[in-house]
Amino acid sequence: MQAEPTEAVWLTEDHEFSLAELAELSGLSEVELRELVDYGAVTPIDPDSSPWVFNGKCLLTVRTACRLRISFDLEPHEVALIVSLLDRIHELEAQLGGLRAQLPRHIR
Amino acid sequence: MKYKDYYGILGVERTAGADDIKKAYRKLARKYHPDVSKDPEGEEKFKEVAEAYETLRDPEKRAAYDQLGSYQPGQDFRPPPDWGKQFGDSQFSSDDIDLADLFAGLAAGRHRAGPGAGPIRMPGQDYEVTARISLEEAYRGTEVELNLTVPEYDAKGRLHRVPRTFKVRVPKGATDGQKLRLAGRGGKGLNGGRDGDLYLSIALHPHPLFRVSGHDLYLDLPLAPWEAVLGASVEVPTLGGPVRLKVPPDTHAGQQLRLSGRGLPKPKGKEGDLFAIAQIVVPTVTSVRERELFKQLAEGSTFNPRGRFEQEVKSAS
Repeated sequence: MQAEPTEAVWLTEDHEFSLAELAELSGLSEVELRELVDYGAVTPIDPDSSPWVFNGKCLLTVRTACRLRISFDLEPHEVALIVSLLDRIHELEAQLGGLRAQLPRHIR
Repeated sequence: MKYKDYYGILGVERTAGADDIKKAYRKLARKYHPDVSKDPEGEEKFKEVAEAYETLRDPEKRAAYDQLGSYQPGQDFRPPPDWGKQFGDSQFSSDDIDLADLFAGLAAGRHRAGPGAGPIRMPGQDYEVTARISLEEAYRGTEVELNLTVPEYDAKGRLHRVPRTFKVRVPKGATDGQKLRLAGRGGKGLNGGRDGDLYLSIALHPHPLFRVSGHDLYLDLPLAPWEAVLGASVEVPTLGGPVRLKVPPDTHAGQQLRLSGRGLPKPKGKEGDLFAIAQIVVPTVTSVRERELFKQLAEGSTFNPRGRFEQEVKSAS
């Protein structure tokens, strides 16, 4: 079946999701998402505002959280710890990639 | 239908207990889970492991699997007569079906057959795909065609593998590792459940000239010694076409010269920068005249490129 070309949306800081949307798209419940917020795995754009709004990157984080919870049968605080560490690893990998890009090709 | 040895995939005996199966799965999941593994084939391996565990962890599914018999992995086989009837799906067909879909179908059949249960709304499956594009395609925006074989429910709620082609417009602004979401382009939902989404991960092919960091680009800029000392106006390639760059006098090796807005476009309309990294190169073949000029320079220059060695040795002692 040939589909028509579809426009795609970048999952960046510019894109926003509500808590309900994150729950629907990630497979986690709103209660589980609130726990992830409590444990610091994801942070709403303005934690003091109501209702919470999340940037597009949070969808990637909570989808990872859902996969890990199901695959390893983890508790929310364990999931939160792992996704926080994974986010940190991805940040460091991006920094390392940026530094490598600055090295002249012959010494990389 | 092709046989899969679920016990072999998990590395356990056919007589293994539930705890041993769980332990074997956890060990392999830690090794191959795509979120924690660096193995390039980890995702495929994890799918196999998860499929095996999904069946063997459930006593009913495990019994159904055991009743299929034992064959060589990949061997064509047909389930015994009355197998479907015995395990809750009397209408199943094994002609164009995958073993995993067969067991997913049994699970769905069990839900349908539950006492007083109406049809359960099931969201469609999300698909995750990596699209490899060139730096030029990321700069301009592009259209990619993805050919996937995906599980889909038929009208009777049974899973089948079907080939699907997706054409996706990747807007300009892509960079390595960035993710796109195509709402509703995943698997079809069942019983009124929403359709899944398609998640596209962008991977950039390495470029012979440019290196990528976010939306910034880095380019090695070879300069002759006299261009570095005297300054020069040189032509440099950019993704938007060549531009002239003014190299200031006394440019040293490793110095970064910024070409503002000549990097990759960003999703919100701004652009990254291009950094040209100065490299001083010397000619590999020199004429008699050139050698003479270098001799004159050596005799007339007071420059000592290793002067710092002496100072550092003195201050350390």
